[in-house]
Amino acid sequence: MDFTATLFTGTGFWNPIIWILAFVITSIVAYLIWRSGVSTYQKGTEQVKPYLSGNAEPEKSAVHIGGGNLYWGFTEGLKGYYSRLVPLHTGDLNDYMLWYFGVIIAVFALVVIFL
Amino acid sequence: MSQYAALLLAIPLLAAFAMPLTGLIGKRIRNSWAIIAMLATVTAALLLVWEVLTQGTIVYAFGAFDSAQAIPFDSGGVPIRILFVIDAMSAFMILTAAIMMFAATLYSISSESEQTGQDGYYALLFLLMAGIFGMVSTGDLFNFFVFLEINSLAGAALAAYRIKGGVAVEGGLKYAFISTVAGLFFLIAVGMLYGQYNSLNIAYIASVIDFTGLSLVAVVLMIVSLAMKSGSVPMHFWTPDTYSSAPSSITALLIVSSMASLYAIFRIAFSLFGLTMNVVTIGWVIIILGILSMFIGVSMALPQKDVKRLMAYHSVSQIGYMLVGLGVGVAVLGDAQMLAQFGVVAMEGGIFHIINYALYKGLLFLIAGAVIYRCGTANLNDLGGLGHSMKWTMGFFIIAALAIAGIPPFNGFASKLMIYESVFIFNPFIAVIAMVVSIMTLASFVKVFHSMFMGPKLPQYETVKEVPMPMLIGMGLLAVLIILFGLFPDLVVNTLVEPAALALLDRSGYIASVMGGI
Repeated sequence: MDFTATLFTGTGFWNPIIWILAFVITSIVAYLIWRSGVSTYQKGTEQVKPYLSGNAEPEKSAVHIGGGNLYWGFTEGLKGYYSRLVPLHTGDLNDYMLWYFGVIIAVFALVVIFL
Repeated sequence: MSQYAALLLAIPLLAAFAMPLTGLIGKRIRNSWAIIAMLATVTAALLLVWEVLTQGTIVYAFGAFDSAQAIPFDSGGVPIRILFVIDAMSAFMILTAAIMMFAATLYSISSESEQTGQDGYYALLFLLMAGIFGMVSTGDLFNFFVFLEINSLAGAALAAYRIKGGVAVEGGLKYAFISTVAGLFFLIAVGMLYGQYNSLNIAYIASVIDFTGLSLVAVVLMIVSLAMKSGSVPMHFWTPDTYSSAPSSITALLIVSSMASLYAIFRIAFSLFGLTMNVVTIGWVIIILGILSMFIGVSMALPQKDVKRLMAYHSVSQIGYMLVGLGVGVAVLGDAQMLAQFGVVAMEGGIFHIINYALYKGLLFLIAGAVIYRCGTANLNDLGGLGHSMKWTMGFFIIAALAIAGIPPFNGFASKLMIYESVFIFNPFIAVIAMVVSIMTLASFVKVFHSMFMGPKLPQYETVKEVPMPMLIGMGLLAVLIILFGLFPDLVVNTLVEPAALALLDRSGYIASVMGGI
């Protein structure tokens, strides 16, 4: 049993072991670059405090962004798509059944047309 | 004839019906009975899978001493016994179900420990598992319908088990209704085939089938009904309602239940009808359902605020990948060159994705359950900072989220890669959609990760601590398997997935496994 064998996908291949080795090497290189950075950084001083245009930093619990606020821009940008898609999800069982029967009719039509 | 196939049904059925009796003796005895029965079922399942992988397809004839007696001498060559036909594809599904059963039962011991009505809960859980094992093992269409009903009724009752102010009851009722309608139309289709061929046995019907007008009606009814049961767009509307209201360990099992319906679509397409139907049209129907499921599922998931509804929409999206992979296999079934060039790999990718999906999606629902167990809410707007107190759960979430998004080296990447590359040759447009959907999936789970685990410790969750050990073991098992399947994908593909794909393609072998015993 070969645990280091490669998965062939017909047109390509995938070897997780090689990927992990590459990941480790890349991480080491990144770490070495980071280490060669500015050495004047000091923990626990004014340097580490966020600069908010001179305003005081609010409490940590007051700045947590809830899930509902994320991707607001994405859904706003695709408002035209979402304004049609979301109302289809009515929660009404009658609608669920109509979709089911609609799909049966559509698939029948497809299968008969392209018989 | 080994008895593992019979035990696969007998143990969960016995466990289910004895559960209320053990509950009368005491809670500890009932829980011990549930764990012993689960271990026995999983052991029987693993031994059965091993037997199939080493010896080939197993035909188990109920009520006969030998599988060679599957067709009684006075039946006119028609198999009339109740038969289980377990080839590599069925074995693959049995293994998937057994793993999930192990994790979900163990998890339930803790997650349900403070709830009432646990006797009924475990009885229904074992009935649900009996239904799933039956669906993926049977070689008989009517038996499949019976197991589908057992599975659906137990699933609906479990989905509604924790009333939650009526929300869970609504989710359970919807599941029961759509399952009943789907089951009814499936039964009508079975009747159409029975009327033509005088048999309910899949192998026998496959050996004599002629694609008449009635067969056309039957195949459409079967595929569309099972697609609704598996949660494919545009018949997916029930999934967020039901998955979000069911107890999380049950949602993980409902995932396997939908996989069993998906399995049935492919069993019907490949083994029952095969090349007798217009494979290109049926293949494209499955592919279109898959594309719609992938894209609409993920785009509905992104704006969700309830973590379980979000994950339910991702379930719809992930089913799309499997439909696309196996749909491509159906579409090129009549072209040997295309089948060899990319069709088999697309099928393998779709099949591999079934077990990967069950592992990471099951784990994600268990994690959602762990968070609800400790915090009492599934609202992403209210959660936050749990990474400080639920470190193990957060670690498992990272593993599952990266796996579902198809990030290497986790298991989701390997199966998605197989689907991308093979489907790209078939139609590049579909492969591009699949990749975009993966990116959107990652974005969605970044949102969940941030909302649940990141940020400062919130005052209302100051006392929250990690979930109990049995829940961690249940989640940990799935996390370990996700990593192992990701690190050794070739091993899984060569041992389990490729034999399953070849078993689906070998229609004559499936027929001969039953009819060869005349």
